[in-house]
Amino acid sequence: MDSNTQARIEALVKSSPIMVFMKGTKLMPQCGFSNNVVQILNALGMRFETFDVLSDAEIRQGVKDFSNWPTIPQVYVNGEFYGGSDILIEMYNSGELKEKLEIAVAS
Amino acid sequence: MVQFDSVKEAIRQALPDAEVSVEDLTGGGDHLQVNVVSSQFAGLSRVRQHQLVYGALKDQLATEAIHALALTTATPE
Repeated sequence: MDSNTQARIEALVKSSPIMVFMKGTKLMPQCGFSNNVVQILNALGMRFETFDVLSDAEIRQGVKDFSNWPTIPQVYVNGEFYGGSDILIEMYNSGELKEKLEIAVAS
Repeated sequence: MVQFDSVKEAIRQALPDAEVSVEDLTGGGDHLQVNVVSSQFAGLSRVRQHQLVYGALKDQLATEAIHALALTTATPE
């Protein structure tokens, strides 16, 4: 990953308290896993921003290197990598996600 | 398309005590649900647990032999 891509990703993850790198957009997810994450965050009533990795090949690969995580979607909270679809689903089902996100966005 | 045994084998190379189950989500052999139970996950965050499994399957993910992977990880009861 070049330093420009690295800097763009760093800026993106800090651009919103909850940032999602996904395939497609909130309204038109292009992948079932990305859709899962959007639906969960919507269900919790969270405000979040998304970046469509299908629109940018450098970010698509770069974000995987950035977090050492090989798949999309990727969810960042206050700049910290939180997980992908499986982890978000698990945390949502246990109630942990609601609790943690409410604290995170309030701070 | 990937041999499920090779998935299990790759995970056990990284996590020798792992109990691994593999399900085919679509019948196409490349959208998999993988469940891994290993004592080596103890004390690690979920992100770290998943990273260990992803690391073990790096080659199979990179070649798209596995196109989509749903993963759960746990420690033994």
